[in-house]
Amino acid sequence: MAQCTVRTATVVGVEAVPVDTEVDVGAGLPTFAIVGLPDLAVQEARERVRSAVRAAGYDVPNARVVVNLAPGPLRKHGTGFDLAIALGLLTATRQLPTTIADSCVCVGELSLDGSVRAVPGMLAHALAARSQGRPLLGPAEAAASLAIEGLEYLPIAHIAQLRTGVPETGRPPRRSVPTVPNDLDFADVVGHELAKRALLVAAAGGHNVLLIGPPGAGKTMLARRLPTILPALDDTERLETALVHSVAGLDDVPALAGVRPFRAPHHSASIAGLVGGGSPPRPGEASLAHNGVLFLDEMPEFGPAALQALRQPLEDGTMTLVRAEGRLRFPARFSLVGAANPCPCGFSGDPDRACTCAPGAVERYQGRIGGPLMDRIDIVIDVARIDPALMLRDGRGECSASLRNTVALCRERALDRDGGPPASLRGAELLAACAMRDSARRFLEEAARTKHLSGRGVTRLLRVARTCADVAGEAAVGLDHLSEALGYRAREGG
Amino acid sequence: MTTEGKKLGERGEDAAVAFLERSGMTIVERNWRCQNGEIDIVALDGETLVLCEVKTRRTAKKGTPEEAVTPAKQRRYARLASAYVQAAGLEPVSVRFDVIALLVIAEDRALLRHHRAAFVLE
Repeated sequence: MAQCTVRTATVVGVEAVPVDTEVDVGAGLPTFAIVGLPDLAVQEARERVRSAVRAAGYDVPNARVVVNLAPGPLRKHGTGFDLAIALGLLTATRQLPTTIADSCVCVGELSLDGSVRAVPGMLAHALAARSQGRPLLGPAEAAASLAIEGLEYLPIAHIAQLRTGVPETGRPPRRSVPTVPNDLDFADVVGHELAKRALLVAAAGGHNVLLIGPPGAGKTMLARRLPTILPALDDTERLETALVHSVAGLDDVPALAGVRPFRAPHHSASIAGLVGGGSPPRPGEASLAHNGVLFLDEMPEFGPAALQALRQPLEDGTMTLVRAEGRLRFPARFSLVGAANPCPCGFSGDPDRACTCAPGAVERYQGRIGGPLMDRIDIVIDVARIDPALMLRDGRGECSASLRNTVALCRERALDRDGGPPASLRGAELLAACAMRDSARRFLEEAARTKHLSGRGVTRLLRVARTCADVAGEAAVGLDHLSEALGYRAREGG
Repeated sequence: MTTEGKKLGERGEDAAVAFLERSGMTIVERNWRCQNGEIDIVALDGETLVLCEVKTRRTAKKGTPEEAVTPAKQRRYARLASAYVQAAGLEPVSVRFDVIALLVIAEDRALLRHHRAAFVLE
């Protein structure tokens, strides 16, 4: 009888790696074997393909069928090979012309009735097909999110449709999603002027923030509003972020529409859940927050190992997982927002209520985040409980839309001047960007001496001061900006 | 196996042979044995070699007759099939595994079900 090779791919990290599905149909004992390091889900393709092929009205060959997924050493996982196996089988048994298998890359899961379903990582498959310069044959249900420049997508809903040849290129309109969360707004936040200002600076300069305050002070409420003042994702960011969401099996339409991700994992999260891992390796929350905000509520309650694992992505914006099969890189460039109680009972430093923690417990609690991680957090502020009288008064603060404009303006300025946000500057680059006059320089030297700032402390102070100057629309960092930056250094030494 | 059980099996096989011949197949062997076990019926359906397992039951209380063809037994049939193809000196041919299930409902009356290509090996 015959052989047929169909192009498909398997997702490794955030990338779809090409895989050839070779189908051989020959005489012999009726067998259906899949070789080439398939996992259990791939093995189960046999049952799905057999039922789907029959349900779609094709013949299931009574023959020796061997499916080889090449390259052999690469582990294949998931259900996306179903469509390729079915297409190969039908082409090898001459039930379909060879033109379909020859022309495109295909991916999709089959249901028992022959309909074609989407699999996680459709976007990764689309990008791989585009870089090979071939059309992608895939589930019609995924067509809405795959309207990508330069990709020819051939949607099919059911394998019976293949009888009529290669499906037409279809491009249904993408589902529309608001690019900014519109149910939350900073205007609703009463009081908390310092915290709002700090979050504005953080958003403008790409700084990581830690909010410290007693329970019920409004830390979470403030953090949840941070995405409302971030500008929409640009085209490159959209694709990067959507790709991570796609391979994780999440909805990638919001990211493609430009919505910045906001991820708030619970403090019981494991290391793998937070930074990625598992088998096959999946992106963690840090990667799902790529180009957006990672919010860690009750930060000291997170496992120390999980917290420390965040240091690499905070430093280089990627997470590298090393496995026996090789190294995997997940993008993870996010703004970190942490929230913490000042102590286990929550009332240390509160003017109205006494802290009931044992001596030493407060220091231990605050030490749990760890120096190296704290070093990467430029802004630390206290969020106090606000006066109930203030809350009852009907007042509205500055709204998110106007803050968002300021943020966008600052980011643009920083990009023009330094090629990146102030939070990414270091050394001479940073000093040049700050363009301080002598008075400011003297003030900084004095502050560094009296507050015992380390070299790293000075760097962080300068970064924040640079952003404060951007928010004020000033070219040079002055005394005001330095003092404002000093104010964002609640409870720390060096 | 009791004599009665054996008798029932033989009668079932006779009925199956008659059925297969009526549906146009050529019977090649009956009760072909080797050290691995036995193939109830070997037939030719055109060019295809059909290896047929016959299961006869009096009641469906312990499940239908075809349910007795478990995956473990399927693997045994596979070994038997290779042995037969080798012993008969056949070139690679198209092979099919059929199951004929008989459920006896009265003296001289049974429901017969013919499962063509009943299973595929993994």
